[in-house]
Amino acid sequence: MIEFTFWDILRNLLLATRWTILLSLIAFVGGATVGLLLTFMRLSSNRWLQRLTSLYVDLFQGTPLLMQLFLIFFGAAAMGHQISAWLAASIALTLFTSAFLCDIWRGCLEAVAKGQWHASQVLGMNYFQTMRHVILPQALRLSIPPTVGFSVQVIKGTALASIIGFVELTKAGTMLNNATFEPFTIFALVALLYFALCYPLSCYARYLEKKLYDAGLR
Amino acid sequence: MTLVCVDNVHKAFGDLEVLKGINLSVAQGEVVAIIGRSGSGKSTLLRCLNQLEKHDSGQITIADKKLDAASMSPKELSENVGMVFQSFNLFPHKTVGENVCLAPIVVRGEGKADVEKIAHEVLEKVGLSDKYDAYPAQLSGGQQQRVAIARALAMRPKVMLCDEVTSALDPELVGEVLRVLETLAAEGMTLILVTHEMSFARDVADRVVFMHEGRIHEEGAPGELFAAPQTAELKQFISAVL
Ligand SMILES: Nc1ncnc2c1ncn2[C@@H]1O[C@H](COP(=O)(O)OP(=O)(O)O)[C@@H](O)[C@H]1O
Ligand SMILES: [Mg+2]
Repeated sequence: MIEFTFWDILRNLLLATRWTILLSLIAFVGGATVGLLLTFMRLSSNRWLQRLTSLYVDLFQGTPLLMQLFLIFFGAAAMGHQISAWLAASIALTLFTSAFLCDIWRGCLEAVAKGQWHASQVLGMNYFQTMRHVILPQALRLSIPPTVGFSVQVIKGTALASIIGFVELTKAGTMLNNATFEPFTIFALVALLYFALCYPLSCYARYLEKKLYDAGLR
Repeated sequence: MTLVCVDNVHKAFGDLEVLKGINLSVAQGEVVAIIGRSGSGKSTLLRCLNQLEKHDSGQITIADKKLDAASMSPKELSENVGMVFQSFNLFPHKTVGENVCLAPIVVRGEGKADVEKIAHEVLEKVGLSDKYDAYPAQLSGGQQQRVAIARALAMRPKVMLCDEVTSALDPELVGEVLRVLETLAAEGMTLILVTHEMSFARDVADRVVFMHEGRIHEEGAPGELFAAPQTAELKQFISAVL
């Protein structure tokens, strides 16, 4: 059996953290792109687009992320496409993230006071002018704190990818534990590393929230 | 010369008939104060005048032009009718100057330099030329409402609608807003204002219109109307608010 020193463990965990960060980034960027598309579909005047988007959001919000991962990973396999854990995790997390971001952003757009629409209309602005100059800038500011806050959920969500065999931080911890039988040290380190990723984001979200409040936008 | 003509206008929200045949004509330069109990349809009437609500039947004309989506574009409408709201509705993410300049630039397509000059003029008129770069949140309610008036003026509308523009203000800030409206009236601006400030209606309005249950119940020169109300409803209203 190979001997692992504390530093070996830490080094291996840090290396695996790279994949957690990368998967989080993929999920977030992909999720934001799809989420933005969904938000506009949700806003469109087309009833069917609205309903379809609502259904999508409800579906992904109303089922565990783990089931979504399984369905994509094993579902693809069942249909004869063996996809990598990487790809399955990226797709599942992207879809999951997009559903939540769509909901957050729609809420922010609706949170902009109705009077802003009235004032814009009275000044002769059409829908797009009002969106561009009045509603979107305000909704964007409102959306930053909850969006940054949600990114913490995405990072923690990547841990589930370990179950389908993707070697990120959690999976690396499990593997190291199997080799060393030092679960307390290892999982304490794993938790600490997640915390080091999430805590600054939480603080940043809180700071942004306070800044918004001070700007009188809430 | 008649500027605004409201002819047998009806408006219902579902089963609730809010305007039951309104007839009103307002001359160029006239100041008309609309009074009446809460729920009598005053705001709905103003909102029909700028099509924030579409009236169900009847006709509204401004400068002899029919005011509906088919005959008047939103841009044209905004150049005819300006509006100031009870809740100011300033754009909180824009400075005072940007609030005033936005619509003339975006809607009328005027040059930035020209619009900024106009913005300084209208802000001067409402006594806020030193607040050009301030954000709405940095201003008092009275100052915000004056910015809202300046913003409406920058579109150079033919008629201004004011819906209880002092109701959201602390009592000590009401005067500064009313003084601005008084100046506008004196300069010949056509004003239609819903107000609970009876002394203002008496002193500044050329005509007072009393609305009751979706109809114009009584109207006339303020002196006569307040001194000798003809209907029991107006008598009761006046004794309740004075
Ligand atoms: N958008 C709306 N939908 C349904 N009912 C409305 C709407 N706007 C106003 N009303 C109703 O119409 C009536 C008249 O309202 P309003 O014109 O605001 O009266 P006022 O300004 O004189 O107080 C009230 O009973 C109000 O509840
Ligand atoms: Mg009202």
